[in-house]
Amino acid sequence: MTQILFFLLGMAVVMVIIAGAGIFWAIKSGQFDDMEGPAQRILMDDDDPMIPRYTDSQRKK
Amino acid sequence: MSGTEKSCYHCALPVPPGAHYLVEIDREPREMCCRGCQAVAQTIIDNGLADYYRHRTAMPAVGHEVVPEEVQKLALYDHPGIQKSFVRQDGEHVREASLILEGITCAACIWLNERHLKQLPGILQVQVNYATHRARITWDDQAIHLSKILEEIQLLGYNAHPFNAERQEGLRRQRRAKDLRRIAIAGLSAGQVMMLAVALYAGAAFGIEASTAALLRWASLILTLPVVFYAALPFYDSAWNALRGRRLNMDVPVAMAIVGAFTGSVWATSHGSGVVYYDAITMFSLFLLSSRFLEHAAQEKSVEAAENLLKLAPAMAVRVENGQHLPVPVMELNEGDAILSKPGEAIAADAEVIEGESTVDEALLTGESRPVPKSAGARVIAGSINLAGPLLLRVTSVGENTVLAGIVRLLDRAVAEKPRLAQLADRVASHFTVVLLILAAVVGGVWWWLEPARAFEIVLAMLVVTCPCALSLAAPTAFAAAGSHLLRHGILLTRGHALETMAKVNHVVFDKTGTLTYGKPVLRRIVTLAELDEQRCLVLAASLEQASEHPLAQSLLSRVAQPELLQVADARNLPGKGVSGAIAGLRYSLGSSALSGLPAVGLPDDLPQGATLVWLCDAQRALAVFVISDGLRPQARELVERLKATGVRVTMLSGDAADAVSHIAAEAGIESWHAAQRPEDKLAKLREFQQRGDVVAMVGDGVNDAPVLAGADVSIAMGGGTQVARASSDIVLLSENLLDIRRALQTGHDSMAVMRQNFAWAIVYNLLALPFAALGMIPPWLASIGMSASSLVVVLNAMRLR
Repeated sequence: MTQILFFLLGMAVVMVIIAGAGIFWAIKSGQFDDMEGPAQRILMDDDDPMIPRYTDSQRKK
Repeated sequence: MSGTEKSCYHCALPVPPGAHYLVEIDREPREMCCRGCQAVAQTIIDNGLADYYRHRTAMPAVGHEVVPEEVQKLALYDHPGIQKSFVRQDGEHVREASLILEGITCAACIWLNERHLKQLPGILQVQVNYATHRARITWDDQAIHLSKILEEIQLLGYNAHPFNAERQEGLRRQRRAKDLRRIAIAGLSAGQVMMLAVALYAGAAFGIEASTAALLRWASLILTLPVVFYAALPFYDSAWNALRGRRLNMDVPVAMAIVGAFTGSVWATSHGSGVVYYDAITMFSLFLLSSRFLEHAAQEKSVEAAENLLKLAPAMAVRVENGQHLPVPVMELNEGDAILSKPGEAIAADAEVIEGESTVDEALLTGESRPVPKSAGARVIAGSINLAGPLLLRVTSVGENTVLAGIVRLLDRAVAEKPRLAQLADRVASHFTVVLLILAAVVGGVWWWLEPARAFEIVLAMLVVTCPCALSLAAPTAFAAAGSHLLRHGILLTRGHALETMAKVNHVVFDKTGTLTYGKPVLRRIVTLAELDEQRCLVLAASLEQASEHPLAQSLLSRVAQPELLQVADARNLPGKGVSGAIAGLRYSLGSSALSGLPAVGLPDDLPQGATLVWLCDAQRALAVFVISDGLRPQARELVERLKATGVRVTMLSGDAADAVSHIAAEAGIESWHAAQRPEDKLAKLREFQQRGDVVAMVGDGVNDAPVLAGADVSIAMGGGTQVARASSDIVLLSENLLDIRRALQTGHDSMAVMRQNFAWAIVYNLLALPFAALGMIPPWLASIGMSASSLVVVLNAMRLR
């Protein structure tokens, strides 16, 4: 019982360190510089549509 | 003319009757209101960026027309001497610069700029920050020049100004990263410690082996270490600074609670008895750190937006040396230098005219809305705009000595006299802190005398349960939420006290030109006096004005499409009078009635007062009269009505003559107005109102308004106004929508209400919890839940403002 707790608690500490290092890296690489832009940007279709839009002549058919 | 009013597909302004500017967008012809919008829309479509119209959620800023002179001026930015101050060299040809983008209204604007610039050859990287409206651009100087980049942005209908990014932004970025790291640490630890705390609480309720409990406590201790020794450092710093300065602030009890709770918990852990507060410490730190981060972020956003308005771009002048024209930064000008001022440009320094003849617009500085003629020997003021012809100037004073700098100084003084309501909340909180600390000491003393073993534990419970968390969050969260709510609607708060004061305002004072009105002349009416019809007269007049820089010319030119303009031979510009020229062999003149020497007859009586009349004549007779006047903003009347309905007094102060002012006042429904007011007079009137006990909000836009804006209890500047006006105001209406003044007043009231509720809640909670804690009746788990819940209530209440 106690041994498994030791192991789990140790794991928790290790996980915290890994997660902390990950967040520090993310902050350093500027991922938190603009908190609003990415949320808006994903809504814009940057690429040209693969399906051609309806043209007037098609609509008339 | 037409009953149904159409609105411009690009900018949503009404399309003037008789205007035909069509652009085909998604295979539908769309109507535009002017040549400017047509050109911008065409550029967007031609570059395959029609998606902009599908994604945008707000209309673009109005009033950007690409003037050829401005494009020429951009070329100066390619000059290496000028680039030195804001461009970073990266390798031999790679350069990087930061630009402030003007006119961004929604995410689609960012997308449009990024996409368009990335298509250009030679652009290596473009990154636009959505929050700050700043772009970082890297380019290859062999393939493209900075001026070309700026020009391309202008073609899209935006304005870009280079600025020196290194100064402020670097510091701010570092601080932000540090804050984020502390939050991350506190958050990770809080999560783990809370998990262990649940096990401990469950153990306390249902029984737990002593060795397991000890293990869990030791693990919590280890996980709390980074919070106490890293994340919470700013609290110790601030508390220590306050104590050294013999003051008390909110951070003193915060630091005491953290240090005390930690010491007590470590003691309890090592002795295997007593209570631990690890969960409370980590949660508490996380809450406080994140709320302060949000508060900082809201502040920074305002500061950055204000900086964008001030345009840190280096201003330039053209120095004439030995017949050569050299572009130099304004800072490097000396007294006695000869400089060249081109029409359409702002004059760089106070100077004397050596050569040339022109008219100068000094409206921003003196409030005089009509152009002032200048010839050799006349003095010109820095910041005024040269309208008609090139002027060779000798610099008489620079920098600190200019008239413009004088106005800025006047402003500084008025800013210092501002009411400081914001400090009241802090004072109340520091009194609370004193009371809390004294009480803790007294209670501790009493328990020490009664039952020494429990004294420490009870004092700690008191400090934790009454931790000033809720109290210290009450005001900042409300302000941050209200600020971001307003910013989303294009209202920028530049000073902290603005909201508090807005809630008390009972008198709104408006400037006229540029505030209630657009600030630029608009063609109101055409009266034909001969057999030629309106359209023909308009085309003739616009053709004559083609070469003119006069502001009235723009009001005519913007109504006629480029291809319709006629060829003008022998065009003559008669400064102060008008223009003349020959079209298809016939001589025409356009200008004041004095120009033609013909009698002013046949005018209807119902012309608006204060309007400028421009006469179109041929050799024998007058053909038509164009009635041009400054137009009232469409929302002005509604705003005045609504303000009056809520019991707010409305006054108009203007530098213009009485007839023009009374006309606009009647149109807007304002009964109380004062005309021919110089800035000093306006300030005196304002003081008069304030002495009567009114809390005055001043709305203005010009440099001449700046001292008045600064003297008002709370000041509001139009986003399109001058830089000085915006810098001296508490609130900037980026949206240029007058109705937003009403919204800002409302939000002021709401945020005060929320703040009062927050304070009431925090105080009631503390007063209720304190006696129980002092009597030793609050177990540790309840103390930390009470602490967190009380803060959460405050934060959630503030979020209602968003």
